[in-house]
Amino acid sequence: MKNKYSIISLIKNSFSYHENWQKAWGDPEPKKEYDIVIIGGGGHGLATAYYLAKKHDMKNIAVVEKGWIGGGNTGRNTTIIRSNYLWDASAGLYDHALKIWENLSQELNYNVMFSQRGVMNLAHNLQDVRDLKRRTHANRLNGIDAVYLNTEQVKKFCPIINTSPDIRYPVLGGTLQRRAGTARHDAVAWGYARGADEMGVDIIQNCEVKGIKRSGNNLDGIETTKGFIKTKKIGVVAAGHSSVIANMAGLRLPLESKPLQALVSEPVKPIIDTVVMSNAVHAYVSQSDKGELVIGAGTDDYVSYSQKGSHDIVEGTLNAILELYPIFSRMRMLRQWGGIVDICPDASPIISKTPIKGLYFNCGWGTGGFKATPGSGDLFAHTIANDEPHKLNAAFNLNRFVSGDLVDEHGAAAVAH
Amino acid sequence: MFLIHCPYCGEREQSEFKAGGEAHIVRPKQPTELSDDQWAEYLFMRKNIKGVQFERWVHAHGCRKWFNMVRDTSNDEIKAIYKMGEKPPTKYK
Repeated sequence: MKNKYSIISLIKNSFSYHENWQKAWGDPEPKKEYDIVIIGGGGHGLATAYYLAKKHDMKNIAVVEKGWIGGGNTGRNTTIIRSNYLWDASAGLYDHALKIWENLSQELNYNVMFSQRGVMNLAHNLQDVRDLKRRTHANRLNGIDAVYLNTEQVKKFCPIINTSPDIRYPVLGGTLQRRAGTARHDAVAWGYARGADEMGVDIIQNCEVKGIKRSGNNLDGIETTKGFIKTKKIGVVAAGHSSVIANMAGLRLPLESKPLQALVSEPVKPIIDTVVMSNAVHAYVSQSDKGELVIGAGTDDYVSYSQKGSHDIVEGTLNAILELYPIFSRMRMLRQWGGIVDICPDASPIISKTPIKGLYFNCGWGTGGFKATPGSGDLFAHTIANDEPHKLNAAFNLNRFVSGDLVDEHGAAAVAH
Repeated sequence: MFLIHCPYCGEREQSEFKAGGEAHIVRPKQPTELSDDQWAEYLFMRKNIKGVQFERWVHAHGCRKWFNMVRDTSNDEIKAIYKMGEKPPTKYK
């Protein structure tokens, strides 16, 4: 059992100078055999293991991670959480996640610092205005809170935005989802890891998968840098490396992996108390609790696994940021990094069974997977445990690329994800 | 960001170019004969290789001509560039 985190445990541990806190998760060597192996120890993978153990009473689960947990895209995103997607299938999926977020800190007994500070999406041209109004209506029909704001209301909600009609892409309006916001990304991975570990899930770090063994249509196990692990069920949650793992199983996926960049500024006093996204000029910004501006840029258009991005992408984003927020003109950027995102042709994820028995994929989240972490884990666990998708992720199957029943959120979400 | 040697214009910055995805995907000769699975394969399924990959690129802000590239996607190193219609270099197969 894990000791409960509380104000009392905080006071108690202060007497020993915080040197005797119980380990949040263990560092086990892999067993010879598991009932289920999850490949990928990011937020989605750990959440999957957590819900498999908690809601489906599965035992003997391992999460294998080639680096350290949360060291991939979970720790590289801009932490934006929202559910204002256009299509019914997406709205159901992302709002399911948002509802879990709202109670996640309590459920995990781990402060994920979920902050419902609102997410505002800006419109810069007539088509944006029409798209955002349409999306607002669609959201409300799906029971998702959404309001459309005119230019004055945008200015009132976030006074530092330059709403002058003279700028290159003037702000014509925007939408606001007040339930949306941000969370502390590392804490999400750590919280799920601690929760999963408590229920007996083996979290095996620095263990890279080198091959998938199968006889016919049945899985035998995985070859890893820590030896062979026997298993009949594998859930792959490998983000940018999904195609690499799929290739090991002889499976083809409709994915392209591209670098997505983000950057943070030096820390300053609170200046922006919400998240503002702009699809047309591709810039989004929020402020972390440490005071850094967290800025998201776009993807490069070429396939790369290098975790670096092109400088001109960052330059384009910062140009847009400066035009919209002249007050940031003398801010200095502190760090910049890239994560490798797996993008589906329809910009919607795949949470699905595959033609291979016992092999499941949760991938294709592209540039916007963080927001879905709890919902993705919950639905993927359901899919693995029952060998059938939950009704909320049924539309996100791999077969949609054959049937043509795509969930096209590329332009539809009207945001940079 | 890297430099690309356009076979028509010479060395230019990558930002002048646009990536066109996986190369040598042959358009079906008889589209009416194709099954849904074969369409999915042609339209959507990609190798998405970590390592040496064959790609199409276009010099979008230059001569606007298409060409092929062999590139290591794990470190963005360009191995070879050859014109459309030319045979891909065999040593990277």
